[in-house]
Amino acid sequence: MQNGFNRRSLMLGAAALPVGAVPAFAQQVTITGAGATFPRPVYERWGQSAREALGITLNYQSIGSGGGINQITNRTVDFGATDAPRTAAQLTEANLIQFPTVMGSVVLIVNLPGVADNTLKLTSDLLADIFAGRITRWNDAKLVEANREIRLPNLPVSPVYRADASGTTFVFTTYLSRVSESWRAGPGAATSVQWPVGNGARGNEGVSNTVRNTPGAISYTENAYATVNRLVTTQLRNKSGRFVKPEMPTFLAAAALADWNRPGFAADLVDLSGDDVWPIVSPTFILLPTNPVADRVVGSRNTMRFFDWTMRTGADAARRLEYIPLPENVQARVRASWSAVRDPSGAAITFA
Amino acid sequence: MSDTTHAPASPPAMRRTIGSTGDTIFEWLCRGAGLFVLLLLGAIILTLFIGGLPAFREFGVQFIWSSDWNPVEGRESYGALVPILGTIITSILAIMLGVPVAFGIAFFLTELAPPWLRQPIGTAIELLAAVPSIIFGMWGLFVLVPFVQTYIQLPFGETLGALPLIGGIFESNNFAGTSIFAASMVLAIMILPFIAATMRDVFNQVPPVYKESAYGLGATRWEVMTGVVLPYTRISVVGGIMLGLGRALGETMAVTFVIGNANRLAGSLFDPSTTIASVVAMEFPESLMGSLKQSSLLALGFLLFFISFVVLAVSRWLLRSRLK
Repeated sequence: MQNGFNRRSLMLGAAALPVGAVPAFAQQVTITGAGATFPRPVYERWGQSAREALGITLNYQSIGSGGGINQITNRTVDFGATDAPRTAAQLTEANLIQFPTVMGSVVLIVNLPGVADNTLKLTSDLLADIFAGRITRWNDAKLVEANREIRLPNLPVSPVYRADASGTTFVFTTYLSRVSESWRAGPGAATSVQWPVGNGARGNEGVSNTVRNTPGAISYTENAYATVNRLVTTQLRNKSGRFVKPEMPTFLAAAALADWNRPGFAADLVDLSGDDVWPIVSPTFILLPTNPVADRVVGSRNTMRFFDWTMRTGADAARRLEYIPLPENVQARVRASWSAVRDPSGAAITFA
Repeated sequence: MSDTTHAPASPPAMRRTIGSTGDTIFEWLCRGAGLFVLLLLGAIILTLFIGGLPAFREFGVQFIWSSDWNPVEGRESYGALVPILGTIITSILAIMLGVPVAFGIAFFLTELAPPWLRQPIGTAIELLAAVPSIIFGMWGLFVLVPFVQTYIQLPFGETLGALPLIGGIFESNNFAGTSIFAASMVLAIMILPFIAATMRDVFNQVPPVYKESAYGLGATRWEVMTGVVLPYTRISVVGGIMLGLGRALGETMAVTFVIGNANRLAGSLFDPSTTIASVVAMEFPESLMGSLKQSSLLALGFLLFFISFVVLAVSRWLLRSRLK
């Protein structure tokens, strides 16, 4: 107590510090989003650039499309992300608008010792048989017949699927339902189905990991995960009967045929006809509330600012990760659709 | 002095002393705490039951033995058989794998270990209990699953798979390694510390005079253990095992990582399956409020409560002669 520098004044001084430090970070805003693991690589890349360029920090939780839909319906996040598009009725009921950000491709990944990247040839029938459990070994006669140039090992087939509700599953099972009558009558197409055989893993990340650790495994995942984790992918026979490789030219060929006039921009890019078309491509969507409450208006505005910026400047980053950016005319229509987002007073929220 | 010939018939009446307000408040606080626990438990059970009622109404009693789990809109059908069986089988297997090892550890620590070794090993066991379960899940996925895949599944399948009736449970086409067996192993390691620590503590509490009398009569270490120590400590040993079983029944994260998440009936120990806790953890975040799926998951939670209650009741019945 002799000098003024006692414990109490030290504590008061320490308590005063953070208060003074806050204003320096005031211009950093955070937007929160949750949903699909499908576009996570490109959203994270965009988020990193946006921190310096826009002052917006993106907090994206890749919990799967089902989780994203749930969170945005409950308004616990600023935006939801899903690959399974919502119908017009579902969007109106939940007061949401839906717009696409990029298009991505679902590829097949395998772990077969001795089989190189993009050499295994699969037809849609073989794929449906594998995931339905009708083909159980890799040197099955049907597989060997389609792959005479390579040597298939004598391993059991271990299909791996997404255990969580996933838009990637939705896209893949939509494809299987289109090419296989028995699949359509059986498990069907949804974000989560009852898989006849195989193991489940959580997220595109979990699936990639499981395939990497299991010889004889086959699964479906978004292309970026296959590239980043250096997993072996396969060729697929498209509707025109040609075997195509999962590469940018085939993805772009599919994207060029997109019909964006469906409600909620839900273009259907699965199993299209075309010589060089990759059969499993899908846009991925963002869900935004049309009626944010007062303290959520800032979040909605910044979300629109973020995605406006990504449409203008994020195409290169997307292409580097082998996603397909939206064409210019679709971008203009997406911006126009944002006028449906209203603040509590009824005015449209500007994002410029 | 006639009082000394009478045995006290009832406890002496409580005396109200001056300044007992603090005592009264404390007494009511304690009563409140006890009541609060009861109310909380009742509230949880009620919430689960009410939340699960739509599922029970939709599927009826079939819910309990249906092995469907079809979430596709338009043909939704949920059944609890696979999660229930998975929970029960992994827990029982975990007990079968873990209790002998825990007993061995307790036996070693109380009888065989030199005194300088007892403290470090005891601490190591307690540290094992403190490891978070998600670490066990990660370790299980990256270390145990490949180990089971290469060194256990193949040899077991080839040798024990040839047995006439039960061979089928050792053979499996599932080579991802994530299976009921892997989950049981992880659970066994997780419940080991509780059971071992409980056993060690109660073994140490056996009065030395009993053990020394037995040794004096010429009994071997094993005979002392089975004839003197175990009967004396039976209640606490069973209590410790039930504690471990309770943890195994409800364990979520560690199991989700290594069990393979397959909502299908498993035909073999090495097939993937799922448990109640695992399926709820995996599918609850994405189930919409009020949907049939969420209701089914809440119904599963209620069934897990019911299973735990049955386990507890069985353990009390096993000890009924000892607990007066």
